[in-house]
Amino acid sequence: MKKLALSDEILLTIEKPARYIGNEINMVEKDLNNIDIRFCMCFPDVYEIGMSHLGIQILYDMFNRREDTYCERVYSPWVDLDKIMREKQIPLFALESQDTIKNFDFLGFTIQYEMCYTNILQVLELSQIPIYAKDRTEDDPIVLGGGPCTYNPEPIADFFDFFYIGEGETVYNKILDVYKENKLKGGTRKDFLEKAAEIDGVYVPAFYDVDYNEDNTIKAFTKNNVHGKDIISKQVEMNMSDTYYPKKPLVPYIKATQDRVVLEIQRGCIRGCRFCQAGMVYRPIRERNIEFLKEYACEMLKNTGHEEISLSSLSSSDYSALQELVYFLIDEFSSKGVNISLPSLRIDAFALDVMSKVQDVRKSSLTFAPEAGSQRLRDVINKGLTEESILNGAMDAFNSGWNRVKLYFMLGLPSETVEDIEGIAVLSDKIAREYYTIPKEQRNGKVSIVSSTSFFVPKPFTPFQWSRMDTAEEYLEKQHLLRAKFNEQLNRKSIKYNWHEAELSVLEGVFARGDRRVSKVIYDAYKAGCLYDSWSEYFKYDLWEKAFEDNQIDIAFYTNRERIKEEILPWDFIDAGVTKDFLWREYNRAINAKVTPNCRMACSNCGAKVYEGGVCFEDRKQ
Amino acid sequence: MKTRIKFTKSGPLKFIGHLDVMRYFQKAFRRAELDVEYSQGFNPHQLMSFAAPLGVGLTSDGEYLDLQLKTSDEPKAMIDKINKAMAEGIQVVDFKVLSDESKNAMSMVSAADYMVSVKDGYEFMGMEEFKQKFQDFYNKESIVILKKSKKSEKDVDIKPSIYHIGFDREEFYKNIGQSFDKDKKSVADAYDNGVKVFMQVATGSSNNLKPELVMEAFCQYTGIEYNIFAYQVHRMEVYADLGTEENRSLIALDKMND
Repeated sequence: MKKLALSDEILLTIEKPARYIGNEINMVEKDLNNIDIRFCMCFPDVYEIGMSHLGIQILYDMFNRREDTYCERVYSPWVDLDKIMREKQIPLFALESQDTIKNFDFLGFTIQYEMCYTNILQVLELSQIPIYAKDRTEDDPIVLGGGPCTYNPEPIADFFDFFYIGEGETVYNKILDVYKENKLKGGTRKDFLEKAAEIDGVYVPAFYDVDYNEDNTIKAFTKNNVHGKDIISKQVEMNMSDTYYPKKPLVPYIKATQDRVVLEIQRGCIRGCRFCQAGMVYRPIRERNIEFLKEYACEMLKNTGHEEISLSSLSSSDYSALQELVYFLIDEFSSKGVNISLPSLRIDAFALDVMSKVQDVRKSSLTFAPEAGSQRLRDVINKGLTEESILNGAMDAFNSGWNRVKLYFMLGLPSETVEDIEGIAVLSDKIAREYYTIPKEQRNGKVSIVSSTSFFVPKPFTPFQWSRMDTAEEYLEKQHLLRAKFNEQLNRKSIKYNWHEAELSVLEGVFARGDRRVSKVIYDAYKAGCLYDSWSEYFKYDLWEKAFEDNQIDIAFYTNRERIKEEILPWDFIDAGVTKDFLWREYNRAINAKVTPNCRMACSNCGAKVYEGGVCFEDRKQ
Repeated sequence: MKTRIKFTKSGPLKFIGHLDVMRYFQKAFRRAELDVEYSQGFNPHQLMSFAAPLGVGLTSDGEYLDLQLKTSDEPKAMIDKINKAMAEGIQVVDFKVLSDESKNAMSMVSAADYMVSVKDGYEFMGMEEFKQKFQDFYNKESIVILKKSKKSEKDVDIKPSIYHIGFDREEFYKNIGQSFDKDKKSVADAYDNGVKVFMQVATGSSNNLKPELVMEAFCQYTGIEYNIFAYQVHRMEVYADLGTEENRSLIALDKMND
């Protein structure tokens, strides 16, 4: 076994030393003498979160299938170790070999949410790699990023050598081939980046300049290197049933957030909810073949020993062979004590039947995500869930013995009125009233309803990318209003109301639609001590405010401003499949509260048809 | 059927805590496709119990868990099957089917053997000096030290809970009345400084003495500062007591003939 990078004394001083020792079940070990490319994959958050991420497991498996490449992992050291590493100047290391990352060829980040940006800087700095790409030398690894946040990479563009826009299964092999060839030839870092920039989906920020107008909007986005592409096209894996997927995912020793087999049954979504970035950028929906899924479910459960399997997708109910798959899993695994979890399932007769088979009805809860409190606002966001279907679904469940309901809503959606906000409390109460129509002797005690609101954050490549976002003050006002309304409800004692922090959402809003000028703010806030911003106990909004002030960057410019159609958006150079025309059409339909049918009902000509597959080429039902 | 599994814990896996070791085995037994018996109810769990939890940072040659199986193979085949699904740092070394009447391991634990080594890089004394001082320390009539628990702090005499000591394996095995097998494998780490002591001490729910507390008492006795990080504690074996309080009759948990 390899010697660990950290001493026993350090490991026995910090929380959960198992975060840093590697050696997990199914970890890949390779002889470094036969390796040309050392790749370190990073999820910039704590180990238990990062280990729960499916994307890394897919890429880890894919990279390690290459004989010339050894892909290892690193996660953000927790604050206790962070402090020790800085004090003792211990360089950050990869879990597998325990070698310092600075000597690797690549350090790749998967960027899943905006609030991890300071953790990216932490990993770079602890690795002793210059934070700004421009300061890196031939001795430093190539730093790259991928994942949902790279659909607007501009706020972190200065920290990355390149971004990979799209799904990882597609062109990474080409990138590694090019790197190896360049290395053999003795080419420089810049030589490699120029060659990489010619590969579809690769964006090298240094090869582009941004000019601004006096009103701070973007004047021009221009190429300064002939090797860069004019438009960066999102890469899509169209053959979901014959591609990389890990049969032997890593099994951590400590309990990860996702302590189960995750089976991605399909990618993309037909629903077209207008606030949802994933529903837009992962178009078109592509299903995995059911035989592929059955085989992988069996293999992955056997190779991990997990007690639970979770079907993953944006909307499981839309998977065409869902019933067959779920009943197969129940028949095959229920007797073996394997739990089956089905998030994102629409509540209907099938769902209730499945849930009653795989869960303890008395202990489990039903989840609905109406997102908005009124039908009008649900039409604005194109969330095709009606009050009738929620009430019917809840009633069916109540009659089958359930008595717990979770409801998810957003505050601050475009065009929101006081009635819409109050509707959240009213709908919650209506569900409770339904429950109490059941005769007392037939009920299972009291009903428990938990309603949660998050604040809406407009995202790039959604119809709301032009929308004004509320200020923190407006959010809090709305939240107070709603809380008061909850207290007026007949069944207020059966309803619990949870809410999110407004300031965190404001910051997320800036990063989601920010431009390159925001990077200095992120750098300064990090240097001032911001880290683990997504963890409320470590979120220091006052330091962020100061960093914005010091850099004379106005938060309101990024968040509280309605954009016009002609404005150049920071992410306009990316082609994510859905066209700007489609998004604009959808935006206007939203304003008029017009619903757009889902992809299986009618094609709305979003642009994703260019990928020549998925739902766009299915026989349309109805 | 009741079965007993003996396993080792070493290397980086010494940093895995007891609860995670339990989770680790549950998953390992699934990977090995053992015919495990589950509890009834909506959240069935494997019927297993551990003899004596090992603290984080300790290594061991003799950990035990009892597992209920529906069916089983020959011990050798079972060991191979399980080890194929295991990590390098936790390996099964023995498997036994027990009679249905046998008590579970946890309820019987009453003593354990440990080897305490001084880790390299810490200021300490040489082996000769240590040997002499530790022997003097052990020869005292009573060894009183402040024992801290979650609820209370009190002075206790730990001398009666130290059954035997020794400074090398051969001597130690002689002292505990066992034959010495010089080819016996151990997963314990070796340190260049070579300073170490072996001890057999009371273990279990009624009387439990941690080797760390013995070292702390020794440092107090010698007048040197006790550094909790300076020692590697390695468990060698765990025993049940078939005798009486006055007259112990210790037997290793894997040597019990029910």
